[in-house]
Amino acid sequence: MPLADLFPAIGRRVNNGIWRLGYAARFFLTMLGRSGIAFSRFSLTVKEIYFTGVLSLIVIVVSGLFVGMVLALQGYNTLQRYGSSEALGVLVALSLVRELGPVVSGLLFASRAGSAVTAEIGLMKATEQLSAMEMMAVNPIARVVAPRFWGGVIAMPLLAALFSATGILGGYLIGVVLIGVDEGAFWSQMQSMVDFREDIVNGVIKSLVFGALVSLIAVFEGYDAVPTAEGVSNATTRTVVTSSLVILFADFILTALMFRGS
Amino acid sequence: MSRTTLDAWVGVFVTMGVVALVFLALKVGNLGGSTLSNPYKLTAEFDNVGTLKVRGAVKSSGVVVGRVSDIEFDPKTYMARVTLSIDGRYKFPKDTFAKILTSGLLGEQYIGLSPGGDEQMLASGDTIARTQSAVVIEELISQFMFNKASEGAKP
Repeated sequence: MPLADLFPAIGRRVNNGIWRLGYAARFFLTMLGRSGIAFSRFSLTVKEIYFTGVLSLIVIVVSGLFVGMVLALQGYNTLQRYGSSEALGVLVALSLVRELGPVVSGLLFASRAGSAVTAEIGLMKATEQLSAMEMMAVNPIARVVAPRFWGGVIAMPLLAALFSATGILGGYLIGVVLIGVDEGAFWSQMQSMVDFREDIVNGVIKSLVFGALVSLIAVFEGYDAVPTAEGVSNATTRTVVTSSLVILFADFILTALMFRGS
Repeated sequence: MSRTTLDAWVGVFVTMGVVALVFLALKVGNLGGSTLSNPYKLTAEFDNVGTLKVRGAVKSSGVVVGRVSDIEFDPKTYMARVTLSIDGRYKFPKDTFAKILTSGLLGEQYIGLSPGGDEQMLASGDTIARTQSAVVIEELISQFMFNKASEGAKP
């Protein structure tokens, strides 16, 4: 590519990115304004909680269990070298509640539920169901988009809490039942080191933010998809990639804000 | 899928999520059991608090009797003023001795209260007069080095 074409190409990419960001922000505000129906007809949102939350249960619970078990195995290897294997409970609980719970369940949520939401809305657009709704004076943002967004926002913190809880049970299974770390020390050290406000509430806040981000990206990509088979598949891919990157980036920002200095 | 089965599944899901949160709060976190019943405040001034932290434990005979609720620097006396919340069930004599101790070799620091023999008890807002500061390992080492050096200079 000649140099003269390079700068316009860069400029176009940046402009397009900013334009899409602004479009997404306006889409978000419109959706918030139209969110009344998601709560006044709550059965619509309940249906979406079923699709995003209940159907993600298996993958969340199983991966939480295994993440906790691996943490306990690896943590024990390092901790027993320093003669402090009783701190295993603290290690497993803090890393799950603060970081791994919200982040890993957010990533799983993006690939399990976010992609499905994008594909569903994108296909509705491609088969002109959204236009049909507008013809019938039903606002597709209120009827289709808002319930899916709020369903994701409600489901995500619950999934993250389940992930952390099963992870800690997995750590207990490996640490106490299999390896034989003292049970009393495992739980009591965990309780004395994990603070409710500092650690658990901050973890829940993180998962709420991730839930909102993933749901917003998923519904936006679906609504914005090019209405062809290829466009829907591209939008689905973009949902997974963008939400994974956004989760990791937002996690860094939130961690820096929440846990500095302590 | 019919409406009722959908509601049932979502109900099960939400209940599981709430149970997980309660489990995290009570069993993993410190929300259950460790609250102090009608606590009262005492203050104590230390030359050096070391790495003592707010919410650190206050122990007497190894039993947790309270929490550190505030640590601040007193610009008049140039000492650290530590505010303690002590469980209302426990009363300590006026001449109680407050020490900053370390749990284990590298563990976190806490305040140990050794009761004296006074008839009168400390009331809310009182100051513990007799304190001992945290052991700072650098000072210990430098004292040891100076002693060695002065021993070597004698003969």
